[in-house]
Amino acid sequence: MIQVNRKDNSPRGNIALRMTNVSKRFGPVQALADVSFTVRAGTIHALVGENGAGKSTLMKVLSGVYKPDKGSIEINGRPYAFDKPEQALAAGISMIYQELDLAEDMTVTENVFLGSELPGKMPFVVDSKAMVKKTAELAKKLDFDLNPTAVVENLSTGDCQIVEVLKALMRNASIIVMDEPTSSLSESDAERLFKVVRELRGRGISIIYISHRLEEIVDLADDVTVLRDGMVVHSESVTKLDIPQIVRYMVGRELNEFFPGRNATIGDVCVRVENLSSAGNVNSVSFEIKSGEIVGMAGLVGAGRTEVAQAIFGIDKKSSGKIFLDGRELKINSPADAISSDIAFLTEDRKRTGLCLQLPCSWNITLPNLVEIGMKNIINPAKENKIAAEVAERVSIKWLGPNASVDSLSGGNQQKVLIARWLLANSRFMIFDEPTRGIDVGAKKEIYTLLNNLAEQGKAILFISSELPELFGIADRILIMHRGRLAGNLKTAETTQEEVMHLAAVEKN
Amino acid sequence: MNKFVRQLLPFGSLMLIICFLAAYQPDTFLTLDNFLNVFRRSSVNGIIALGMTYVIISGGIDLSVGSMLAFSGMTGALAMIAVGGEDPRGIALVIGTFVGIFTGLFCGFLNGALITKLKLPPFIVTLGTMSAFRGISYVMNDGQPYNVPSYKYLGDGIIPLWKTVEETVNNIDGTLQKEILQILPPWKSIDPEMISNGIKIVPHGIPISIVIFVVFVVIAGFLLRYTRLGRYTYAIGSNREAAFHAGVSVDRNLIYIYSLTGLFVGVAAMIATSRTVSAQPTAGISLELDIIAAVVIGGASLSGGRGTITGTIIGAMLISFLRNGCTLLGISTNVQLIVIGAIIIIAVAVDQLARSKAEAVQNSH
Repeated sequence: MIQVNRKDNSPRGNIALRMTNVSKRFGPVQALADVSFTVRAGTIHALVGENGAGKSTLMKVLSGVYKPDKGSIEINGRPYAFDKPEQALAAGISMIYQELDLAEDMTVTENVFLGSELPGKMPFVVDSKAMVKKTAELAKKLDFDLNPTAVVENLSTGDCQIVEVLKALMRNASIIVMDEPTSSLSESDAERLFKVVRELRGRGISIIYISHRLEEIVDLADDVTVLRDGMVVHSESVTKLDIPQIVRYMVGRELNEFFPGRNATIGDVCVRVENLSSAGNVNSVSFEIKSGEIVGMAGLVGAGRTEVAQAIFGIDKKSSGKIFLDGRELKINSPADAISSDIAFLTEDRKRTGLCLQLPCSWNITLPNLVEIGMKNIINPAKENKIAAEVAERVSIKWLGPNASVDSLSGGNQQKVLIARWLLANSRFMIFDEPTRGIDVGAKKEIYTLLNNLAEQGKAILFISSELPELFGIADRILIMHRGRLAGNLKTAETTQEEVMHLAAVEKN
Repeated sequence: MNKFVRQLLPFGSLMLIICFLAAYQPDTFLTLDNFLNVFRRSSVNGIIALGMTYVIISGGIDLSVGSMLAFSGMTGALAMIAVGGEDPRGIALVIGTFVGIFTGLFCGFLNGALITKLKLPPFIVTLGTMSAFRGISYVMNDGQPYNVPSYKYLGDGIIPLWKTVEETVNNIDGTLQKEILQILPPWKSIDPEMISNGIKIVPHGIPISIVIFVVFVVIAGFLLRYTRLGRYTYAIGSNREAAFHAGVSVDRNLIYIYSLTGLFVGVAAMIATSRTVSAQPTAGISLELDIIAAVVIGGASLSGGRGTITGTIIGAMLISFLRNGCTLLGISTNVQLIVIGAIIIIAVAVDQLARSKAEAVQNSH
């Protein structure tokens, strides 16, 4: 167990932001517990932590989206309490989210001045010339080459980031929060962004920089704060830390007895993926899964984990690669092909790609299985309900009956409807993408047990997850994705969370 | 339960209109002839509305049904004339009927193919084909209708149930009076000698068009409820992405859905042609609005995933009886438009209100 550093050794200097003892609870989940977070003026402060550690919640408290249950916020020495994002904006806090919120079909200038246009000489008329001029000046000051009248739609993601920065500057931001700014940038665009960020620091602006890319942080940031399970576990100057240390602070928790004992017998190779590539950020990925084996897949957001599953399942077009099941090569061009080839795929976003929310539970369960259950030509609703109820029982769905619409169920039960769907399909090879996301602890445990049972039945399972502890708790082997490539393929028993995190987060030389 | 309540409202409104008319105009409204008339008139719109129900449940829209009706009728009639000459009869009419139905099917297929292969919104595609099909209908005979004087069976034909022997007598004041002498089952013939001056035999029964409507109601209802096509229609409309990820061939099923609608329009077109014994290039102008109104009043959601055949029939009947009632009460067709417009808005508004109430109850648990 890593020692949690609780004594106050937070950075000294002029304080731009001081959040003290901020707590926030969502139902049973304590998202933030007594978080104190201090940012020095004119510094780049990295905020790191695993998914669900509380980074986004903390930033949403700062930007006035969430009201904290307790705690206080001081900006440049003055106390603030925000009810609305506009108030945070007025206090000099600008957020640049991962999904940029720019008006795509407007120009750079229009976006930069959106909501605070300069008035012209006549009422209801804005002074376009002055705004274009000001935008150009500002861009030039940042040593940044950008046409102020270009339409945002035609700009690269990197340029859009800069437009967001200009927007923040135009609003006189003193603190700019950047959430995973480089996750979708090319190397050269990222370099340019770093230059801009350093330039901002030079002008006395504080940057809160959220990123999973640790090498970036060590390179760029002055201070770093590590969050874990809604608490600050460490806060220090970056120069005193190295990447392995940061990783240890991030993951440092012990596996508990939460996970079922694994006793599936591992058989012959069942699934073989060879040199799989797709336009969706998958580059020459190869691996095998034996029958009875649970193979975990780790990686940062955007590393291409889901894309591997999508390429296998026929959602994304493969640009190369072969997929074998029990030695037989599969021809898969659509999910329909994949399902009839005996593959199941539980998608990560159950609302977008999983469920038909307003339709009955039974319909959702049988949707891919109608042919399988002998209803190719004619559906027998009574028999269908009976089959659905049986499989629902196996995962103990709490519902009003098979005819209840899915949107009448809780999140965990909705997820179980999807799991019931794929249990009914009884496929040889099952892919689970973040099956435990957004569900409570009890339901998580049920899902782990279920995965275990499926493995005991001799199925091959690919288990994609952003939570390392659950990968270590349930998987026999872990595949690590980094920027669309397979960066590691390790036996769980022979590796550590630190090693996996390192492979996932750090560019190989 | 929920579904039942949702259909109660349009059904209740329908009953209200019928009761109101029955009370105010019992002599003209509460007659078998009037009811058969209403049903016969609604058969064309009703059959098209069945197809539109599929399209709307799938989350789409078909604006081209009115033009498709004209085009299918024109093509069918043209085929009759091409085979059977000026006054086509017999086999020529049969061939023409199938050509017309096939034309509808093809038009629907075209809509479906354009929507899925070019990945265009159904609104845009069918807005385009609405204009194009209408244009072709005008071009075919230079804006003139095709007359098929003997093509009466689908429009006026009946399944005979009984016949009456009637005599028309001259009253003293010069008016004519009809007297029914005898009611006979359809298979009984009467003494030819009786058919002399003033005495004639009038067959009675269920109009063929109503029988066809009922058959198609059964087909459409069955397909929607008991086949994969129906199930996939709901799934695609409810969440197209999810349906795709669950192995539904979205494109193929959408093509089926639009083709099915086309087929239904083709059948409706031949009934309409037969009713007027001519194919009019102007047939069905702004018909799509009536059809969409019927489906929406019946509880279907324009955002997809919701709708039933029963609801659509109730919606179609509601509009038909409203029209009939307005006519009987001497309300002009212009005012009818206002009434129907108001009904559409009220029906959907009440439905929305009921739904948000139901959701509020659900969330409070």
